[in-house]
This record gives sequence, C-alpha cells and structure tokens, in this order.
Amino acid sequence: MELKPGSRWKSLVCSTEAVVVRSPSQPVTLECGGVQMIAHTATGVPAAGAPELMKGTQVGKRYLDTDTALELLCVKSGEGTLSASGRLLPMKDAKRLPASD
Amino acid sequence: MRISLLLDMATESFADRVALGTQGDGLSYAQLRVAALNARRAIEQHPGRVAYLGLNSRSFAVALFASSLAGRPFVPLNFRLTDDVLTRLVERTAPCVLVVDDDMADRVPEIAGVVRVPRTAFEALYSDGTPSEGESDGDDAAILLFTSGTTGEPKAAMLRHSNLLSYVISTIELGSAEEDEAALVSVPPYHIAGISALLTGTYAGRRIVYLPVFSAEDWISLAAAESVTHAMVVPTMLQRIVDELELQGRGLPALRTLSYGGGRMPLSVVQKAMRVLPHVDFVNAYGLTETSSTIAILSPDDHRTASSSSDEMVAKRLGSVGKPLPHLELQVRDHQGNVQPPGSPGEVFVRGEQISGEYVGHKTVRDDGWFPTKDMGWLDADGYLFIEGRLDDVIVRGGENISPGEIEDVLRSHADVADAAVFGSPDDQWGERIVAVVVRRGTVSESVLRDLVRQQLRSTKTPDAVHFSDSLPYNETGKLLRRELRKQYR
Repeated sequence: MELKPGSRWKSLVCSTEAVVVRSPSQPVTLECGGVQMIAHTATGVPAAGAPELMKGTQVGKRYLDTDTALELLCVKSGEGTLSASGRLLPMKDAKRLPASD
Repeated sequence: MRISLLLDMATESFADRVALGTQGDGLSYAQLRVAALNARRAIEQHPGRVAYLGLNSRSFAVALFASSLAGRPFVPLNFRLTDDVLTRLVERTAPCVLVVDDDMADRVPEIAGVVRVPRTAFEALYSDGTPSEGESDGDDAAILLFTSGTTGEPKAAMLRHSNLLSYVISTIELGSAEEDEAALVSVPPYHIAGISALLTGTYAGRRIVYLPVFSAEDWISLAAAESVTHAMVVPTMLQRIVDELELQGRGLPALRTLSYGGGRMPLSVVQKAMRVLPHVDFVNAYGLTETSSTIAILSPDDHRTASSSSDEMVAKRLGSVGKPLPHLELQVRDHQGNVQPPGSPGEVFVRGEQISGEYVGHKTVRDDGWFPTKDMGWLDADGYLFIEGRLDDVIVRGGENISPGEIEDVLRSHADVADAAVFGSPDDQWGERIVAVVVRRGTVSESVLRDLVRQQLRSTKTPDAVHFSDSLPYNETGKLLRRELRKQYR
C-alpha cells in the first residue's frame, strides 16, 4: 500500500479514518484493530478487530511510527488501535505554534 | 480531501461549542455543519462556482463550507471595488451562484449564468431542511481570490484544498483552544487573512466574533463585551486601536494574543502597542495570498526578547517577520537565482505544501515547487527574516537598489512626522529619484528631514524631494498605495 502524504485510509473494523502526514521511510502495512486499512474511497468487507487492538483512536490526534517516521492524523475516531506492520502507533505530543490568525 | 474536513473534525470533537457569535446566541459547530449541508443542496442545483459579495457574517462561513462540501470553488469578492470592476469580476466568475448582502444586490446587474441569492434568502435556505451526508465530486480549487494587481486586470489566485489543509493542520492541533477563547475577526472576508481566520478558528475550536465594519471604538467595545482573547489585525487597525485605547485610558484585560500582518508594521506602532497592552502576546504573521497566508512568525517571546535586548542584532528583530514556519523551506535569492548568505538581500522564495502560486490561467510557482514572492528581504545569522518591501517598490537610483521602507522608518522616527511614504520617480539623470511624502503633526521642514536621513543612512538614500500632505493613500487592509503616490507626484 502506498502511504503518500495526504492519502486517506479507513478501518475495516471500526469508524477510524486517518490521513498520512508524513510517509514512512520504508514500506509498512497500515492496520487498525490488526486488520489492514483500505483507501478511503474503496469498499471493503467489515471485519472483526483483534480484541487487544481495540483501544481506540481519537480524532485530531497524531500517531507516530518511530521506526519509519510514518505520521498519521486521525480524521475520524474509532474503536480500533492503529499499528504499522504490527507495531503499535503511540500518540504524538502536540507542539503548538503561537496563533497567527 | 477538502477544507470541509476541518468542520467535520470539529463537529466530531466538540459539536456543541459555539463556532460563531456570542456565547448565548451563537451557532455551534454542529449547527454550522448542518447549515452548510443544507446550503450545499441549493448550490448543487446550479453549475459553477460560489461567489460571495458581502460583509463578514454567518452566511460567509456557511457559504464557504457549503461550497467545499459541494466541491465548488468559493470566490469572495471585494465589496470596496467600484460597481463596474465588480461586475467584470462577477462575469469572470460565472457560471456561479452569487450570495450577496441584501444592500449590495443592486451593485451588479443580471448576468447570464449568475444565480443571485440575497443574504436573507440564503439564511432561510440554510436554516431549513434535512441535510444529506456524503461527499460530492468536485474541483480541487477551494478558493479563488482576486488580487489587486498593480497593472491591468486583477489576477485570480487559486488555493487548492490541499494548500489550505496543509497550512491549518501543520500549525494547529484540533480543539487546542480553551473553551473560553474567542477570536475577534475584523479582517475582510475577501482577504486571505479572513479565510484562514475562519479555518484555523474552526479547527482550533475557538469561537469567532465578527466585526463586519471596522472602527477602533467598535473594535474595543466588542473585544471588551465578548471577552475576546485572540485577534488578528492589519497595521492601520493596530495603530488606531492602540491610539484609541490610550485616549480612553483603558486596557483589554481578557486579551491574550494579538496577531498582526498584511502589510509593513511600523516599529513605532508595535512598540507603542506593547507599552499600552503589556500583558498581551504579540505575533507578527507574514504571508501572502498565494502562500495560504502565514509563512513566517515573530513569536511573543521574540517580541519580548527583542524589546528588552541591548544586543543590537537581537533588538533589530522587532522589525523582522520572525522565522519561517518549520515545515516550509525559505530562501533569499539574487536576481540570478543564487541563494544569498545571511545579511544579503534578495527575493524571498518559499516552498511547501501550503504554497500555491497558481492563478486561473497561469502560475508563477516554479516546476520544482519554489515560489517567488516578489518581496525583497534578507535573513540574519540566526534565521530571522527581514522584509524590505515589494521588489516592484525598490528604487533604482544611479544603479543602486534602495528600499523605501528603510527611509520611511527614519522619517517616521522624527517627532513631527505622523506618517511617511517613499517611492521612486523617473529621472533623466539618475534613472529614478527618491521622493518622500510626509504627513506632519508639527512644523518640521524638508531640509531638516533630508538631513535626518542623510545622517542616519547614507547621502545616496536621502530623498531628493520631500512633499507634505494631510494623508497617505492606503487600501482597506492597510497596504500603502505607492503607485497612487507615483501617479500623483510625477
């Protein structure tokens, strides 16, 4: 799966959707609830998530794969947990710039 | 993905927070989204774009997001233009739905392909109905903004959804605003600052209060009444607000952050603002329409550090526009395209996902993504960007490049000078000669002012002539209109 910046992916196990903010340095398989995610415009068969991978994602939060620098922005919350090739993606610390608008 | 995604995410995360208006009577994010979905239905019944001719209002916000949901470019128009220029712009925008303030509807005649919707009708239509979800196919162009060109017809700058989304998502975290935050927006809806204020306010979850027509007194009253915590102003607005606060002998205790941009900010105005509002965080935001607004920021800490520093290089930074945003690349290049070392002036180039540089029909952004801003500037050793002015405003006198801003700052430093403008005038001997027009508040003479510049800068930067006038021509967002002066003082 080509994780280009700006590409949008959806979960088959829950309502989670995420956008790639930064591409991975090597190919990874993006998963939610342990199941490979599909392109946002594609249709797929809903699946059951692995129980230990249903900790939830939060809209607006960023998730980072430290191994490959893949960064995702969750644009829709859901019950599944995001992972990249089996590695769980922790939430990234939010760093803010002063408001300019 | 479109800019309506920002509203989707805001609604998912904090649906009942007030998006627009007062705490008691405002529109929540959920309600704003429903209104936009309702309006989308109406838009989809006609082909083409969505034009907006009116003041800042809920209809502006609804129309912007509705256009995005419908996949149609949104085109806010400058209501300060003359009727015939406006008519030409509407003709260029057609086919379109034209949402227009009731009292502006007569300004443009019936035009084929233009479906006119007065504001009261638009309000009725978005307040009613059962919205249908789902994304429509559509244009990648999110916004078209006609820029006031120096020659000929205005160009239509095009901003893609990806440009605007990149800017918002790179600089703001969803819902990062505290619940008590409120932003006062007085910059016009047809200006990039007005558009980005709506988008960043929505994503941050910061309530927006509009002041549709600016006056310093009204701005201050509204800021106090609504316990406004954030605001964005253009230089002339800041000057008037600060003068009025001083006159009224008051402060604004709820105000936390005041951002300014959209034109050159005289040092004296920033310094006075920091004195009159000592608890406020000031932010200088530099950007262009073509760059989806801000590309460099002088932070509140930068303001304070520069203000209190005895190190000349640091103190000077109060007159800079700060550091480029971390996710962008910025270079200063000479006219041959070579990257300049720190301290050497040249044209500012910038590259990044939020940068457009595209117009309807042509683009100035290079194929490698670098965008020539046509602003002249330089970077100091620590990466702070100083903007000298537009490349077009540079005076070439006897083969020497002279930037008017530097001379204007010196003139303004005189106690008797309220304002000053410097420009080049054709000259057979020098190519161009330096002309200054000064607004006086005392009786200082031309020769005293010329001596002042000669002492502080160089003899070659001394104005060849100094004229006096009651006022200088500015546009409504505070940009000095040097071309008007060039015409007047030929």
